[in-house]
Amino acid sequence: MNLLNKFMNMDRRWIYIITTICVIVPFIKPIGLPTYTTPPVKNLYDKVDNTPDGQAVLISLDFDASTLPELYPMAVTILKHCFEKNIKVIITSLYIQGVGIAQIALEDVKREFPDKKEGIDYTFLPFVIPQLSLVILGMGEDIHKTFPKDYYGTSIDSLPMMKEIRNFDQISVAISLAAGAVSRSWITYANQRYGASVAAGVTAVMAAENYPFLQTKQLIGMLGGLKGAAEYETLVEKKLNIKTRKAACIGMDAQSAVHIMMIVFIILGNIAYFVARRKK
Amino acid sequence: MSHDPWIWIAVFFTFCIFSFLYKDNPFYRFAEHLLIGVALGYQLPIFWKNVVGPKVILPLQNHEYWLIIPLCLGFLWLARLIPKYAWLSRWPMAFSLGTGAGIAIPLSLQASVFRQMQGTMLTKAMLSPSITPVIHIIGNIVMFVGVITTLIYFYFSVKHVGAVGKVARVGIWYIMLAFGATFGYTVMARVSLLIGRFQFLLHDWLGVID
Repeated sequence: MNLLNKFMNMDRRWIYIITTICVIVPFIKPIGLPTYTTPPVKNLYDKVDNTPDGQAVLISLDFDASTLPELYPMAVTILKHCFEKNIKVIITSLYIQGVGIAQIALEDVKREFPDKKEGIDYTFLPFVIPQLSLVILGMGEDIHKTFPKDYYGTSIDSLPMMKEIRNFDQISVAISLAAGAVSRSWITYANQRYGASVAAGVTAVMAAENYPFLQTKQLIGMLGGLKGAAEYETLVEKKLNIKTRKAACIGMDAQSAVHIMMIVFIILGNIAYFVARRKK
Repeated sequence: MSHDPWIWIAVFFTFCIFSFLYKDNPFYRFAEHLLIGVALGYQLPIFWKNVVGPKVILPLQNHEYWLIIPLCLGFLWLARLIPKYAWLSRWPMAFSLGTGAGIAIPLSLQASVFRQMQGTMLTKAMLSPSITPVIHIIGNIVMFVGVITTLIYFYFSVKHVGAVGKVARVGIWYIMLAFGATFGYTVMARVSLLIGRFQFLLHDWLGVID
């Protein structure tokens, strides 16, 4: 009974300490748990991989620093995939803070692909207005009018890769890496209004909400949280043989360890609760 | 260990935020306030450079004077600061609500209601083992039952007794399963953020992992 009381009244800081240990130990002694690819991730990979000539992949980094650990590895991996396969990329953000993150991601990936040139292999579009629905609708009409200049101040009309890209008709897939409900705006305005292929990379919190849109094919693919990012990293490594640091995969052991810890605590907590109730 | 001073600053603020796990303290509050200040400070110049400059000042310099109308409408938002003229702020609010609703409602209805209803409807092909794998057929039936029973649970014009009560009970089970899935994903998301910070500490700062 004494032990039961102690357990039921355990200081929450003990749980924090155990969580910390569960995160740190797998980093230092990796277990190497396997990551299986799920259909939503494979669908997105295939869609990006089969981008035809004359089209581009649009990546919108619609998040800020608070969700960086989940969404940043997605941005980096998709960019690597596109650069490795010589697929043209348009990078943008509907969040003010996302533009800075997009610039860091681009610089990170360009270190591995130094031959990629702005305006030829990729175009970096700046933040234009805070009304994200209007930006998406504007892109559906004419990207050149919505973004007269790129992030570096160069006229969009003068960029070679943008000469043939005017709207979503020349975008093979628009990928929204979103922390909030921004991916829903891409579905509503880009997919519903213009028939664009839309995919989402979302935080795990948002993943469950997005599954209905996969079922109706309004989303052609989805990366859900760190797990989704790890799956894409694994696919890129296996299929394209790119050997680089896999930030999401490295974290998956720790993720699994904490999940096991949570399951154990939930079971123990329930047992303790029912035993205590019976004793009353 | 890193020699980059920016990494050390980031480490200091990481520990400031982590210190809240022990208890509330001035270091945590300092980091929290600084975050809000920095975020606002970061946004203002970008907003000025990318929005106000090219969308307002430059066109006005090019004699596009019609922009004065939306500009004045925008300034009316500030009327809320003067109680006597606060009612003037209803005009831009009405304009924003009107245009926003006009753009959003038809498309949102189509994307989130009609397409979802369409996706829930069972067709002959969705139930035919020669066209659809058996596991997907089961999934389609489970989804169909889930949507109907959940909708019945939220239909409050009839008492939830008898047959309706039993169907609504099934709806509750579906809702509980949805809560469970959402909670599981939420745990995963929060742990991912913690993992991200520890990756930063162990990789970028201490350099003890690859």
